Amino acid sequence: MENSFMLGWVDYAIIIIYFAFVLGIGWALKKFMKSSKAFLEAGRSLPAWVTGLAFISANLGALEVIGMAASGAKYGATTVHFYWLGAIPAMIFLAIFMMPFYYGSKARSVPEYLKLRFDEKTRGFNAFSFALMTIFSSGISMYALALLAQTILPFQFELNVLGWHMTPFDVYLFISALIVLIYTYLGGLSSAIYNEVLQFFLIVLGFTPLVILALIHIGGWEGLKQQLDVVAVTNGYQPGAWTHTWKFMGSADANPMGVEWFGLIMGLGFVLSFGYWGTNFLVVQRAMAAGDMTAARKTPLIGAFPKMFIPFLVILPGMIAIAMTVDPNISFSLPLKGDSYNYDTVIPMLLKTYYPIGLLGLGITALFASFMSGMAGNVTAFNTVWTYDIYQSYIYSKGSDEHYLKVGQWTTVIGVLLSILTAYVARVFNNVMDFLQLIFAFINAPLFATFLMGMFWKRTTGHGAFYGLLSGTFIAAVHHGLTQPSGATSLVKGGWLGTVVHTYPSEMAQNFWTAIFAFSLALVLTVVISLMTRQQKSDEELKGLVYSLTPKVSTEGVPFVKSPEFLAIIVGLIAIILTIIFW
Amino acid sequence: MGLDIKIPIGMLFSILGALLTVYGLATNGDAMYERSLNININLWTGLFMLVFGLFMLVLAWLSRGKEDAEASGE
Repeated sequence: MENSFMLGWVDYAIIIIYFAFVLGIGWALKKFMKSSKAFLEAGRSLPAWVTGLAFISANLGALEVIGMAASGAKYGATTVHFYWLGAIPAMIFLAIFMMPFYYGSKARSVPEYLKLRFDEKTRGFNAFSFALMTIFSSGISMYALALLAQTILPFQFELNVLGWHMTPFDVYLFISALIVLIYTYLGGLSSAIYNEVLQFFLIVLGFTPLVILALIHIGGWEGLKQQLDVVAVTNGYQPGAWTHTWKFMGSADANPMGVEWFGLIMGLGFVLSFGYWGTNFLVVQRAMAAGDMTAARKTPLIGAFPKMFIPFLVILPGMIAIAMTVDPNISFSLPLKGDSYNYDTVIPMLLKTYYPIGLLGLGITALFASFMSGMAGNVTAFNTVWTYDIYQSYIYSKGSDEHYLKVGQWTTVIGVLLSILTAYVARVFNNVMDFLQLIFAFINAPLFATFLMGMFWKRTTGHGAFYGLLSGTFIAAVHHGLTQPSGATSLVKGGWLGTVVHTYPSEMAQNFWTAIFAFSLALVLTVVISLMTRQQKSDEELKGLVYSLTPKVSTEGVPFVKSPEFLAIIVGLIAIILTIIFW
Repeated sequence: MGLDIKIPIGMLFSILGALLTVYGLATNGDAMYERSLNININLWTGLFMLVFGLFMLVLAWLSRGKEDAEASGE
């Protein structure tokens, strides 16, 4: 952005009031933090609507908001596949089939489930990679927040602290880190969850007027379609390529995403989404904080209702923004980055164009709040995994509960400090971040195969799971090293093994197929190695962890309309209807 | 946890909503609303947030009574 926003006193008042509430919630929750369970698991006592909103809010960080708006501009309506094809079926699967094992077993975390179901090495692999990933994600959120604050806030602090000259970037970074530290230190996971719910409403209320204003300005859905047809034709696609979700998925050349239906359904719809929503402890932890089994199972389903409509809040603005750049009646343009638009600026640019003083403060607060809850979510997940899966398992296992509460609280401090460190790493070495995200993508790609086999085939052994996972990660790396998206200029995008065996039409297609290969190999090897090795766990030990050995969740006395299954059917139907409308 | 989240949500949005409503009324007709297509978006959003905030507070008040009744019933 060229210059900062013009803000008035009312904007600052809104920002200050919001953060006063954020800290106040941490303060109010402090008196309940008497055990490690209260601090790290929110006492497993929250109602389903709270955990449900936190479940999607933990994923609705600012990177998501800004990234989805950018994709909406770049790929048009096809971006909704991340929601209606990706997230929704995965959330239904998690709720109906996977949650009984997470919540019903004694596991306090996803890695701990792996320990109970398989063995120590599988848990260790998952715990360490997950801990690293959360720290880096939190650091990246922090970095992005400080960068945005420095560009859009006119208020530029410069401070000298103990001889260190702090630039506005440093000041904003430390203020945000301090706020997150205070409220997660005071209230632990509950504090993070409560703030996620608060942030959810803030984002919805803060961005809806923006979408409405921009949509009115461009002449409603019809006006938008007309301009997006121009965008599609200019980019060499059929008219409608920016407004239809499935119509052009027949071949990769026909849609801006550069993916064909099979890669889309298998890669995004199945492997990546089921893997993310089903095995990522950051989101699963929210469901595990629910008060009982039914509430835990309903968590992803309740989250799915708003989730289905979030595209209208985050993808639609991106589509409108790109349409406005070609509309002759509207003077709106996006800043350039190289020889294309800097799509990440869609949301800030729209805020600047349409919001007067007053709402501008609200919009900025919503953005900052979502960055911070992204940080807090990662820090609290890191806490739990570090305290239970690394510290208690490998460092000191004989402590009292009070001891682990203390460890959890100190881990919060250390987690935030490490995030600050990674934020600076991100600032100095942008490539390091790209590289690390790539590694995490390799590790995550096969993970769903491990859980699927572990939960539904009791013969799966620890060796099978571990080596299947490892070779899946390996094949993901090899596949990435041998292929490239078309027009790739950097080895971070692939082809680093020297020879390029296949060139994908887009980076998206390459990602989906990397996941498909990794998943398939992991699945096959898990089965083969399991058959070759002896099952170390007795049936008794596997009770509550594997489908065939777990008594079905009792639904007696619960009318069908109040069951998670009924909710799942409703969610599924709405997703199908939305898909048909925007076909 | 012992804190009903509807209370902070209700309080926050009532305060922010009231603030935006008053600010919107005070600046009604201001040139800055040209940006928002001559709609006093502060006023409308403020009113909506105020209603939402109060609604949350009412819900919190109602469920408080319910929890007390359940506790005494045990």
